[in-house]
Amino acid sequence: MQLDHLPLNQIAVIRSIDWESLPDHEGHRLRSLGFEPGVTIEALHKGILMWRDPLSVRVGRMTVALRTKVAAAIDCELST
Amino acid sequence: MTQMPPLVALVGNPNAGKSALFNALTGARQKIANYPGVTVERKSGRASFADGRAVEMIDLPGAYSLDPDSLDEAVTRDVVLGNLSGHRRPDALVIVLDAGNLDNHLRFALELIALGLPTVVALNMIDLAERDGLRLDAQALAHELGVPVIETVAVRRRGLEPLMTALDGALKNPVAPIEPVATSFGAQNQRARDIADAAIISETAGRQWTRRLDAILLHPVGGVVILLALLFLMFQAVYGWSEAPIGWIESGFALLSDGIKNVMPDGLLRSFLTDGVIAGVGSVIVFLPQILILFLFILLLEASGYMTRAAFVMDRMMAAVGLSGHSFIPLLSSFACAIPGIMATRTIMDQKERLATILIAPLMTCSARLPVYTVIIGAFIPASNVGPGIGLQGLVLFGLYIAGILGAMLAAAVIQRFVTQSRTSSFLIEMPRYQWPRLGDIAINLWQRAWVFLRRAGTIIFAATIILWALLSFPKAPIGSNVSQVEYSVAGRIADGLEPIVRPIGFNHDIALALIPAMAAREVAVSALATVYAIDAADEDAAATSLGPKLAADWSLATALAFLAWFVFAPQCISTIAVTRRETNGWKWPIFMVSYLFVLAYAAAGITYWTARSFGL
Repeated sequence: MQLDHLPLNQIAVIRSIDWESLPDHEGHRLRSLGFEPGVTIEALHKGILMWRDPLSVRVGRMTVALRTKVAAAIDCELST
Repeated sequence: MTQMPPLVALVGNPNAGKSALFNALTGARQKIANYPGVTVERKSGRASFADGRAVEMIDLPGAYSLDPDSLDEAVTRDVVLGNLSGHRRPDALVIVLDAGNLDNHLRFALELIALGLPTVVALNMIDLAERDGLRLDAQALAHELGVPVIETVAVRRRGLEPLMTALDGALKNPVAPIEPVATSFGAQNQRARDIADAAIISETAGRQWTRRLDAILLHPVGGVVILLALLFLMFQAVYGWSEAPIGWIESGFALLSDGIKNVMPDGLLRSFLTDGVIAGVGSVIVFLPQILILFLFILLLEASGYMTRAAFVMDRMMAAVGLSGHSFIPLLSSFACAIPGIMATRTIMDQKERLATILIAPLMTCSARLPVYTVIIGAFIPASNVGPGIGLQGLVLFGLYIAGILGAMLAAAVIQRFVTQSRTSSFLIEMPRYQWPRLGDIAINLWQRAWVFLRRAGTIIFAATIILWALLSFPKAPIGSNVSQVEYSVAGRIADGLEPIVRPIGFNHDIALALIPAMAAREVAVSALATVYAIDAADEDAAATSLGPKLAADWSLATALAFLAWFVFAPQCISTIAVTRRETNGWKWPIFMVSYLFVLAYAAAGITYWTARSFGL
């Protein structure tokens, strides 16, 4: 399931990231913020009004805000 | 022979509490300058070891890795690698880690430790980690990393002495790094997480304040309402809270002026002191309270961690004009002053977005425009209430800010579409945990801002005032002629030449006169008007009354409104042009910026004037 479709407040694990679909600087910043396959992730909040964009997610112990377009490149699996 | 004190760099991820630790270690005596060749701000200060030996500390810009994606990060890399020419390589590093965020912050720490410089790790914000239910083993972490690890709480000044002792030890007995350099990013991340796991003793579900607050402050509707309310409160406070201190400063200057008039005979020197120096500089210093209130709000929003939430809330709206939440923070700082705002754009990764943000930053109503707005609003807008607790004057001021914002949005959309031709913007940012701002840190920062403002008042504004006084006072109008002194003076004649250009937008001779020195600094427009009216005052009584009533008697409302509209878009001060040139490496963009702002200001003032006239004002 792509990160932008992940239900809120449910713990998941990153399965893969489609680096090719991201501009270089975004991929790089994503990596340095700790986005890697195998890392625990949780969608926390969706943006304002009718847009519901950007998202705030928890990665490890850090909270990161990102746009749904970037989130769509991140494939996750809900932990059971 | 004296030896240079060792240079120690504080380095770490953004939001690790680096600056708070820097403030705690060095106190208020800090030097702010630029790194050689770049405009990144370099903060340095002195700390001392237990036996009194000095050590020079520098606070490096926050970074996520030694492989930079912003200008700030590049400076951090160049300094720690010793690659920045003209800057000495640090003798030791203090790596500042957020204890609550080890798994994300350790990767960069590993990269730094592998450099082999004497290193100490400050496990900072340990209290926040404990508040969130995390218990850590500093010894285990030190063992894994091979360098001393000291628990610190910079904002409560905890752990500072042990940190300095460990630093002293590391400088005296450098140890070779045990950490092998992991090759890939992924391997480094894995190693970082393994070490974090080894250092965490236990983790219980803590109170999680940040999550609860986010549920309110990032609420899809509530979050927007709260942000707007905060901004409105901020601007009302700038007006409401400053009234009393402004009164004190005004009466102080009036006393001074009266004192001089009592002890000195009427003459050129007395006119110079009272009409030139006191009327001019005094009319600008009066705005110190408002500027400090504005900075206080911005510093509090930043220190508490709310600023990135504001960026989150604003991101989608900024995206509509081709910008992102990243631009929101520099733009909000520009309400205080466009110069720190423009410098803050360095954190924007996308270069086109950064350029667009720089170009529209001067449209945010900076504090230097406040003096102008305050005088005009005070003189022409009645101090009545339009609703419970909502004053008409405050509302007009709010409207002027909104006009600046709308102008900026429009300009951004046009610039991103036609000038930078950027297709996308991006928003990707860490949101730090909330924390209670430490008043000492806020005070240091406010003091630095106040000092910068007073220095400007004492130098640029002082000089501009004196020159203007001289231009207004000479040559002397012949006694008995019916031409006023101002009309007869050099300045009056320059303004004569300018007047036909600004006459169509409703500006009179005095405004034409004030616009010239306002290029140096916008608030000088006020001191210029004050000087004009002080010199022109026929008798002592008229000179004693303040500027507002004189303007109200002299200008039509349409002219006053046009003057306000002009300053919403006013071509910025020389310092802003200079910083834009530095940040964009050339004259192309500053010239573009000045030109489009002049056109906008002229058009806005003209439209306002003729609209007001058609309503019979």
